Amino acid sequence: MRENLHRFFRAARGAGVRLSPAESIDAMRAVSKVGFTDRAILRDTFLLTLAKTQDEKKALGDCFDLFFDQPEPESPPDGGKAGEHDRSGSNSASDSPGDGGGSDAQAEGLGQLAQMLLAQDRNAISAAIANAASAATLSDIRYFTQRGIFSGRILDQMGIQRLRDDLDNLAATNPALAERLTNALDGLRGTVRDTVSQALMLYGREEAENLRNEILRNAPLSRIEPRQVEQMRHLIRQIARRLRERYSKPRKRQRRGHLDVRRTLRRNAAWGGVPFLTAWKRRHRDKPKIVALCDVSGSVARVSDFFLLLIHSLHEVVDDVRSFAFSGQLIEVSDILESKSPERAMAEIMSKVGFGSSDYGSSLADFEAEWMSTITPQTTVIVLGDARSNNLDPRADILRRIAERSKRLVWLNPEGRMAWGWGDSEMPRYSTFCTVVRQCATAKQLERAVSDIVASYQ
Amino acid sequence: MADIGPSASIEAVESGLAAQGYIASRQIATAVYLAQQIEKPILVEGPAGVGKTELAKAIAAWRGMKMIRLQCYEGLDEAKALYEWKYAKQLLYTQILKDKLGEVLGGAPTLEAALNQLHDFGDVFFSKEFVEPRPLLQALEQPAGCVLLVDEIDKSDAEFESLLLEILSDFQVTIPELGTVVAVSPPTVILTSNSERDLGDALKRRCLHLHIGFPEQKLEERIVESRVPGISQTLRRQMVGFINEVRTLDLKKLPSVSETIDWARVLVLLQAPELGHGVVKDTLNVLLKYEADIEATMPQVSTFIAKASRQGVFG
Repeated sequence: MRENLHRFFRAARGAGVRLSPAESIDAMRAVSKVGFTDRAILRDTFLLTLAKTQDEKKALGDCFDLFFDQPEPESPPDGGKAGEHDRSGSNSASDSPGDGGGSDAQAEGLGQLAQMLLAQDRNAISAAIANAASAATLSDIRYFTQRGIFSGRILDQMGIQRLRDDLDNLAATNPALAERLTNALDGLRGTVRDTVSQALMLYGREEAENLRNEILRNAPLSRIEPRQVEQMRHLIRQIARRLRERYSKPRKRQRRGHLDVRRTLRRNAAWGGVPFLTAWKRRHRDKPKIVALCDVSGSVARVSDFFLLLIHSLHEVVDDVRSFAFSGQLIEVSDILESKSPERAMAEIMSKVGFGSSDYGSSLADFEAEWMSTITPQTTVIVLGDARSNNLDPRADILRRIAERSKRLVWLNPEGRMAWGWGDSEMPRYSTFCTVVRQCATAKQLERAVSDIVASYQ
Repeated sequence: MADIGPSASIEAVESGLAAQGYIASRQIATAVYLAQQIEKPILVEGPAGVGKTELAKAIAAWRGMKMIRLQCYEGLDEAKALYEWKYAKQLLYTQILKDKLGEVLGGAPTLEAALNQLHDFGDVFFSKEFVEPRPLLQALEQPAGCVLLVDEIDKSDAEFESLLLEILSDFQVTIPELGTVVAVSPPTVILTSNSERDLGDALKRRCLHLHIGFPEQKLEERIVESRVPGISQTLRRQMVGFINEVRTLDLKKLPSVSETIDWARVLVLLQAPELGHGVVKDTLNVLLKYEADIEATMPQVSTFIAKASRQGVFG
């Protein structure tokens, strides 16, 4: 059973529940107290000891149900009749061949697997599949391409070779029995296939997900397919969580400055000014303030979408974010993003300003006219766009003024450096005023860029 | 308790808590049972008013143990949670013992000798006498064990979480001047959180994680029955049905179990025979705590009452 528990823990990790060895030890201790008899209690026990959030509880619950729900061996189509026929000898057929007496006389001399199939001893078949599966190390399955191999291995372990020999022999001597055996074998194949598919779902998920995430992280955001958008959002949320964990806890110690004499004296007034408790000054540190200007025209729209999602999921780290979206003109979108789900918010933004041809000059002018005062010397301004202004006036002078007012001006461009300055790209003109200019086409680059911006406030 | 089967002991927990007026779901009972068996704290999360704090009280009452409560807030630190030196007493004692000290040191010819003699006294002023135990230390010192409730841990700072780790995993605290204080008998620790901020993994790892959500309708009816015995069965069913309908709305603060109980008390006090349109409109402010929520619910009241009473007929 311990083996089974370890396999379950592995499956749980695959389902996205983060399990440390200590937690699995706790779970084992808990299980040793409650035992295996009551499945509902066992499920609750795992949920209590292993899962630490609501999402994890749900994932673990599903994983539990899948893990402890072994596929039933299929009965052959004519199961009713054959079952009746064999019932008399079924009890002993599996362990002592030839003991079946009159009705099972033909079964004598057959291999163990054939005996089992003919006897339709479901428990014995399930047990045999489970044994064969662990002998074939089914829990090592990682990719869907391995399904065939593992099915083959399991059937080999169960002695399919002997069964084939038996079938050949029977075909000559007893065709009726041979046909029944063939049917039963088809059923067995189906069951094994189900077992393997289930194992793939349990054990292969982690690997498959890692692989997929790795590919997604490095895929250009502007060109991912619609069906991958949901996965991408999931990935972005993961990134946001990682950044939150890294930056949400300000390190007080680092910030400790000189002794605050006045506060120390006041605090220790009760003891005649003898300084039992000390008070320290804090070195001042800016709170992150971000103003984000996002191009939502054509090709850049999707990158902006993910960027806005990321920056707005960082509440614990940066609570002061003002976002603006533009293509032809510029509007503020912070409220839309705060109040609606990411999908609906993005749809609304797109319907308001999206899909136009971009005009950086007039968008910057809009910003200067209405929102220039939001920029303080503590603000980081992030512009996300390809700087392709359709040969209209780039108004780089406004960008200069923005740069002068702000702490930092970061330009994220989804295009590669090679393309900057070609065609209608105004990147060289803009980049002279930016503190940092970087390419930002994939989730990985996005994470880097945001991480650097937040880190500059730590 | 160990020799009867686990499911029987879990039922025993359930009925034990029920005797204290706390109707626990199976999962809560399992958590309490496991916490006792493998000596781990329980971290209870869930919306406000579903009975997280009540659970601790019920356990304490059921086991006949003392409950020690530590209410967390921003800025809670070691001195208020764990222990503090009684500075005033230390000062007072030094003053009183001044003459005595003079006597002891009087014979010493040089300053160095006096210092050596003083060393022989040891750290009299940093002994157990002068420690003021705060809730966490108190909990460890209870000879008969106790229920330690660390309430709303999410309100405290991240540093305080780290302070708790030693207590949670080993049931001990280290006081630099005294050494390590180990629990006389391990307390049952309940931590509650409203998920205002994410707790650290280190803390979560050391606890059983229990999420109490809104109860199912049957369970909630039993809770109301146990807390407000005077209420009739039809009214109980109707009001719980109504509240379940309200919970499907998108509100700022959904009514939780404590609101259900309050409302049941109000309805009994008003001697309402059944859920009527007028009664509900007059008492909706018991259930909902925001003006906007009340406004959002008002137009739906009639539909919800109709639904709830239909459930009463068939349910």
